Parts: sequence; C-alpha cells; structure tokens
Amino acid sequence: MIDTRRLIAKRKRQDLVFNVLGIICTLIGIVTLVALLLDLAASGLGRIDWQFLSSFPSRKAVNAGVLSAWVGSLLLMLVTITLAVPLGVAAGVYLEEYSRKNWLTTVIEINIANLAGVPSIIYGLMALGLLVYQFHLGQTLLVGGITLAFLVLPIVIVATREALRAIPTGIREAAYALGATRWQVIKDHLLPYSAGGIATGTIIAMSRAIGETAPLVTIGALTFIAFLPDAPVQSQFPFVNFKWLNSPFTVLPIQMFNWVDRPNNPENDFHRNAAAAGLVLILMTLSLNAVAIVIRYRLRKKIKW
Amino acid sequence: MVAIPAAIAAPPELKAVIKGLSFFYGDHQALKDIHLGLPDNAITALIGPSGCGKSTLLRCFNRMHDLYPGNRYVGEIVLRPGNLNIISPRVDPMEMRLRVGMVFQKPNPFPKSIFENVAFGLRLKGINNRHVVAERVESALRSAALWDEVKNRLKQSAYALSGGQQQRLCIARALAPEPEMLLFDEPTSALDPAATAHIEDLIYQLKDRLTIVIVTHNMQQAARVSDETVFLYHGEVIEADKTSTIFENPSKELTSEYLTGRFG
Ligand SMILES: Nc1ncnc2c1ncn2[C@@H]1O[C@H](COP(=O)(O)OP(=O)(O)OP(=O)(O)O)[C@@H](O)[C@H]1O
Ligand SMILES: [Mg+2]
Repeated sequence: MIDTRRLIAKRKRQDLVFNVLGIICTLIGIVTLVALLLDLAASGLGRIDWQFLSSFPSRKAVNAGVLSAWVGSLLLMLVTITLAVPLGVAAGVYLEEYSRKNWLTTVIEINIANLAGVPSIIYGLMALGLLVYQFHLGQTLLVGGITLAFLVLPIVIVATREALRAIPTGIREAAYALGATRWQVIKDHLLPYSAGGIATGTIIAMSRAIGETAPLVTIGALTFIAFLPDAPVQSQFPFVNFKWLNSPFTVLPIQMFNWVDRPNNPENDFHRNAAAAGLVLILMTLSLNAVAIVIRYRLRKKIKW
Repeated sequence: MVAIPAAIAAPPELKAVIKGLSFFYGDHQALKDIHLGLPDNAITALIGPSGCGKSTLLRCFNRMHDLYPGNRYVGEIVLRPGNLNIISPRVDPMEMRLRVGMVFQKPNPFPKSIFENVAFGLRLKGINNRHVVAERVESALRSAALWDEVKNRLKQSAYALSGGQQQRLCIARALAPEPEMLLFDEPTSALDPAATAHIEDLIYQLKDRLTIVIVTHNMQQAARVSDETVFLYHGEVIEADKTSTIFENPSKELTSEYLTGRFG
C-alpha cells in the first residue's frame, strides 16, 4: 500500500518535472521570437511610412524605400505559385493515385524527400547554369520564379499527397462503386476534398519562398532597382502583359541584406531601413500564414473525416 | 420470424451465376472454387464466421478488388441478361459498376450536399438535364424512405444527417442510377436497432426491383430479409439453399453448428 503511494508520488514528480521542462523549452522559442520582433520593431517601425513603401532605393537613407523590393517579392511569388502549384499537385496526385509501387516510383519518392533537404543555394546554382547560362533567359523574374518553384515543389507535392491520404478509403470506394473513372474520382472528389490541405501547403511553400535570398543572389538578382516591371495588366486588349516576366528584379530580403551590409552611420542610417524592410517582410509572411489558418479552419469545418 | 414467401414454385431465374470462382489477395487465397447461382429479384444473404470471405465474395461482384494492386480473380461471374463475365479483364469495371451498385458497412456519404450525393451517380451515367436529375434524385430518396426527412434541406451537407439517415442516403445514392443488382456489406452494423429495422424494411421492399446480395453477421437479419442463404467457411461455400431450409433444416453439420452458435 505504502509502496504504491510512493510509486505514484514518484510518477507525479516525473510528470511535474517534464511539465516544467516543456514549458521552459516552449518559452525559449517564444521569447526569442518576441525579442527578435521587438528589436526589429524598435529600430524599424518608425521608419515605415508611405514614403518608405513608395520609394525606390537611394543613396540617401531617408529617401530610400522598398517599392521595387516589395513589388518584386509579390510578382516573384505570383510566378512561383503559378508554376509550383499545378506541377506539385499533378505530381502528388500521380504518385498517390496513379503510380503503381515499383522501383521507379520508389526512386522518385526518395528523390522528392531528398529534394526538400537540398540547400537552397544549390537550386540557385542549377538555375544559374541551366536557365541563365544555357537557355539565356536572363536574370529575370521568370528565372527567379522558376528557381523558387523548384525549391518549394517538394513542399507542395508532400502536402498534396498528405491531403489525399487523409481522405477515407470509404469515400474513394463509394465513388468508384458508382462507376466513376479514376479521373472523375479525382476531379469531383479527391481534389475538392483535399483543397484545404493543398492550399495550406501552398501557403507554407510561399512563406518559405518569400524569405529566400541565396538562390536569387546566385542567379544574379540585382540589389539596386530603381524602376518597376511593366504592369501585368493593361487597359488595351488582350489586357494582360507578360513583358514583366523578363524584367530584372529585386526582393525584400535582398534589399534588406544590401542595407545591412553598409557601414553603420548615424547620419545615413541604412540599418534602420533594413529593420523596416525586415518588418515589411515579416508582415507579408505573417499575413500569408494568417490566410493559411483561415483557409484550413474554413475547410475543416466543412469537411471532417 | 422468417419472412419467406411460402412458395417459389418454378426454379427462379438466375441473375448471376458464379462458376469456379477463386480469389487471391496476393498469395493469400480468400475464396476457393465457388459455384453459386443468385436468383433474380431475390435477396441472397452471405453468412459465416468473421474472416470467412463474405466481404471478399461480395466485392467481386462489382470488382472493388481492382482498386488495389496484387488482387487476382479466377473463374467466372456471369451476369444476366447479356451473359457478361463480370470479372473478366476484358470487361470494363466502370461499365459493369453502373449495373451493380454497392452500399458499404460504414455510411460513407460524400462531403457534399444531400442532393449532390444522390445526383453523382446520375451524372456518371451522362444524365445532366436539371429536371431529369431532380426527378430521379427525388424518386431515389423516396425509394430509400428518406425523402420526407430531407426534402426541405437538400442543399445541406450530408454530414448533418444521423447515421441511419446517412446510410439511407447511401442507399438512395446507389439506387439513383437504377442498378440491376445491389450489394450490401453489413449495412446495419453501425446502426441502432430502430435504424436497423428501417433499413431492413427498405431492403425487403427493394427486391421487387432488383437483385440483392447482403452480408450480415446478424442471423435474425438473414432469416428476416433473405430468400436464399449462403454459408461460407474458410473461403468455401459449405451450404447454399433457401433461407428457410438453411435455418430450419440444414443439411451440413457445420452449418447447424454455426447457426446454433457453437463456433464463429
Ligand atoms: N486486403 C486484404 N489483403 C489480404 N488479405 C485480406 C484482405 N482483406 C481480407 N483479407 C483476408 O481474406 C479473408 C477474408 O476476409 P473478408 O474480409 O472477406 O472476411 P469477412 O467474412 O468479410 O469477415 P468479417 O465478417 O469480419 O467482415 C480473411 O482471412 C482476411 O484476413
Ligand atoms: Mg466483411
């Protein structure tokens, strides 16, 4: 009897220890993040205003802004998403629904898992060698988008496969039992039901891509861009315009890096600009994540297995 | 209570004939040389202990096994009219599934509206005219005794229905394309007694229109609804006969042992 009580007391102590340990670990993460954010906000928040968002870079810190950088980031995400989502979803659907298990698909699967772990600068090197030197596509938004699309492709593929796998067999069997072809099952059931998971994965991929610097520097994205690409939409027929794809570009993290790189100088405080650019970048990432959460919540409410 | 029409005088017409059917999950043989006739417009119950191959046999009728790799059929299941060998690799499973519908153990409505659940099978048959679809959805829901409960909320999600209602929705979904044969795999095992009785009634009424095969673990259910009963054991048909004969006067020792609960 007494023994049992001692045993239980001991177990409770272990429970408590682990509990406290867990809280500490969690706090380390949160505190670091908050400290970083506060530090960034302290130096950068005051710098963010309309002038900052609507100006091109300049030799004078007070005149400089992130216009070309945030527009570049946005357009780059547009290219990345339009390339990575169709490719990744199609690949995920193929691997999950069509491919038979054999050595070829096993090799492909291992490769996808490995691709997710390849350092991003390697993608940059590949793009530089293949797209810039071999195909002479130039150091453009299109090349940047292709590079980042390759980079995040594994994320989209894995998210698609997981979303498909979460669909219960009963649903699949019900659709097939009614006489649907594989394509009808995919189009009318599997894709709609996995849209939430795919969208979430896509946004995670985007928040990864938007912060990437190394591969873009590698392909030669510029750091000083004092113009905007042509607008993707225009007032005359055919209303869309693809010239912007061939435009040189810069993005927020590169702009930020460029400013951080300058010597600290209170008269011409580029470090403050860097902090402000960082805040803008974090804001963009957080809003992407917020969208992901809303989508997931909406679709989970509608479809739960 | 044995709900058997007193006399089926002439030998009933057969809807399907199984000849020498064996089935393999990879190397594992789950069905062994089965010979069987399924009478038209009648209910055939498949009974037997867990793991004897009831579901496996049932799922041969609509080629569900084709969905998974490594499965293999041997023999013939001839579907009439047309003498179509269902399990022949030359027969398109999509096409024969339009003739043979299925209702599963666990209600599995699509996460769509009630209406769209029933309409899906119609669209697969190429029926797209709005009025025709609406008509056929209504009549399928009526046949599944669900219409009155859902007619005012057809646009709502099927997940808002109770388990029993969901199962009747699944029956309506299977009925809408007007199959000639309907397969039920323990359709009431996830339901309470009231919902079970409701579904049994429904199945009983459906046999005027089509041929039914039902797998059940519930002996009373087999006795209540079926015309013919097939007793399976270790992948073999031990005995197949009129339900009254099987339950009152089985000819095999094993059958009576199973029915009296001495094993299984
Ligand atoms: N996908 C599968 N792969 C391999 N073997 C299987 C598979 N499904 C079933 N089996 C085996 O085939 C045999 C028959 O299974 P089946 O599901 O047809 O039994 P059952 O009579 O429906 O049983 P229950 O009453 O428990 O549903 C069992 O021995 C089972 O282990
Ligand atoms: Mg079974």
